[in-house]
Amino acid sequence: MALLELKNVTKYYSGTTPALAGVSFSVNDGEFVSVIGSSGSGKSTLLRCINRMVEVTSGEISFGGVVVSRLGKKDLRKVRTKIGMIFQQFNLVDRMSVIENVLHGRLGYKSTLAGVLGRYTHEEKWQALKVIQMLGLEQQVYQRCDQLSGGQKQRVGIARALVQNPKMILCDEPIASLDPRSAKIIMDHLRSICTDIGMTLVISLHQVDMALKYTDRIIGLNRGVVVFDGTPGELTSQRSAEIYAREPKDVNINLGERNAS
Amino acid sequence: MQADVFTRRRNNALIFFALLAILTAGSIIITQYDVQKGFTSIARALIWGASNFYPDARSLTKLPDILVKLRETVLMSIAATSVAAIFSLLLAVAGSRTTRICSSFTVIARGIASFFRNVPLVAWAMILMLAFSQSSLTGFLALFFGSLGFLTRAFMETIDEVGENTVEALKSTGAAYFPVIFQAVLPASMPQVVSWLLFMVETNIRDATLVGLLTGTGIGFSFDVYYNAFNYHAASLVVIVIVITVLIVEMVSNGVRRVIL
Ligand SMILES: Nc1ncnc2c1ncn2[C@@H]1O[C@H](COP(=O)(O)OP(=O)(O)OP(=O)(O)O)[C@@H](O)[C@H]1O
Ligand SMILES: [Mg+2]
Repeated sequence: MALLELKNVTKYYSGTTPALAGVSFSVNDGEFVSVIGSSGSGKSTLLRCINRMVEVTSGEISFGGVVVSRLGKKDLRKVRTKIGMIFQQFNLVDRMSVIENVLHGRLGYKSTLAGVLGRYTHEEKWQALKVIQMLGLEQQVYQRCDQLSGGQKQRVGIARALVQNPKMILCDEPIASLDPRSAKIIMDHLRSICTDIGMTLVISLHQVDMALKYTDRIIGLNRGVVVFDGTPGELTSQRSAEIYAREPKDVNINLGERNAS
Repeated sequence: MQADVFTRRRNNALIFFALLAILTAGSIIITQYDVQKGFTSIARALIWGASNFYPDARSLTKLPDILVKLRETVLMSIAATSVAAIFSLLLAVAGSRTTRICSSFTVIARGIASFFRNVPLVAWAMILMLAFSQSSLTGFLALFFGSLGFLTRAFMETIDEVGENTVEALKSTGAAYFPVIFQAVLPASMPQVVSWLLFMVETNIRDATLVGLLTGTGIGFSFDVYYNAFNYHAASLVVIVIVITVLIVEMVSNGVRRVIL
């Protein structure tokens, strides 16, 4: 059954060019889906529409059978606890320790007062430590996050998403500010989270080779329109050119050349 | 195209300096300010100061009185600053782009900030004197209002700058408004908030002297009394004590900054 379903999702920030135009697709439980496209094609917007960090202009998004766009504030927060998110800039509180940042993933489950005071139960702390250990950060548990490397920070980001006990994790270009070695570590972790835990992941990526190597399915966006939706095997170099084409006619020119030769 | 940018920048600079020159020349002509006399009187003032405005042995007997007044002034500045900081922080959280509840709050907070900031301190003291006459409450409130305007603006910019990413991350976990503020925004902006607060205390100790002169309280009043009694030696002692105090406060706050940053 589809865990996430988008129907005709359209987003206008302002003006007349949409950031997303009639995007429809669905994601099954346990799938690892990548969204690729050039800069400004709408990847970040798409991911943020799913947990309504950005409000859609029209269309419908349902997650686990619930139509997200119709929820009130409280129910929306409940849905968000089930959707983890990790970011290109890691978005940690740099001055706090690793364990505190990871425990922030539990805030959605807490009463306002407990959240304000940062009171966590014994089980929550234990779970956080377990996740930290799983991501190989056990040496850094009480270290402040501004002392970590980029790769370590992103692992803290993943840990924070995991302690939410989410059904799905959204990753917005998680490796775009990392060196190749750290990027590989992060992608390996995400892959194993999908394979071993059965987590559903939607990840936006700049690098096609990463999408090909790690993900089960690729969605190609070009100026807010889905121009490709298929397995890595189906992504030929011509389809890839279509995703990254600046103008529609660029593709035609390429096709013409190819046909001529 | 690029050359154009450079020419325009140079032209802008030329226009700017031409305007500045016209403005300066214009104001000198209108006020009939004698430039030459202005510079020569600086020298004369220095000579007068060196021969009259220094503490002598007799003025040192006034030191205990002066120190009592100094303590009053310093404590009032600290009190006014910290009370203002509390209100400013509330206003800033309500008004910052990243943490506001609705966008009209930004307009309100900005309005309050610029109103209180743009009314000069002396004007505040004069206006408040009408209501509370010459008392330390007048001085306290004058400093409070000035600080409120300045700190609200500074805190708002700090939160705008520091909060955005982490607010996004915590909101996406489903955390409610107040936990986000207390777990992300305040910890992340605390060093800068404290730094602004210390800066404000320094400024206020300096300004409290002036306000005290008007409201007849604290060390400003001491200065006024000695000065009007032609006791320049004691008056100069007051100035030296103020300078030393400001230097000490500056040193202490630099130390605090080093520790928290
Ligand atoms: N907050 C915003 N306000 C107005 N326009 C926006 C906003 N965010 C994004 N856009 C516009 O929407 C379009 C899609 O942007 P988006 O950030 O989703 O692209 P992206 O694929 O994530 O790009 P990148 O690879 O550079 O991160 C762009 O044209 C961008 O200018
Ligand atoms: Mg993006």
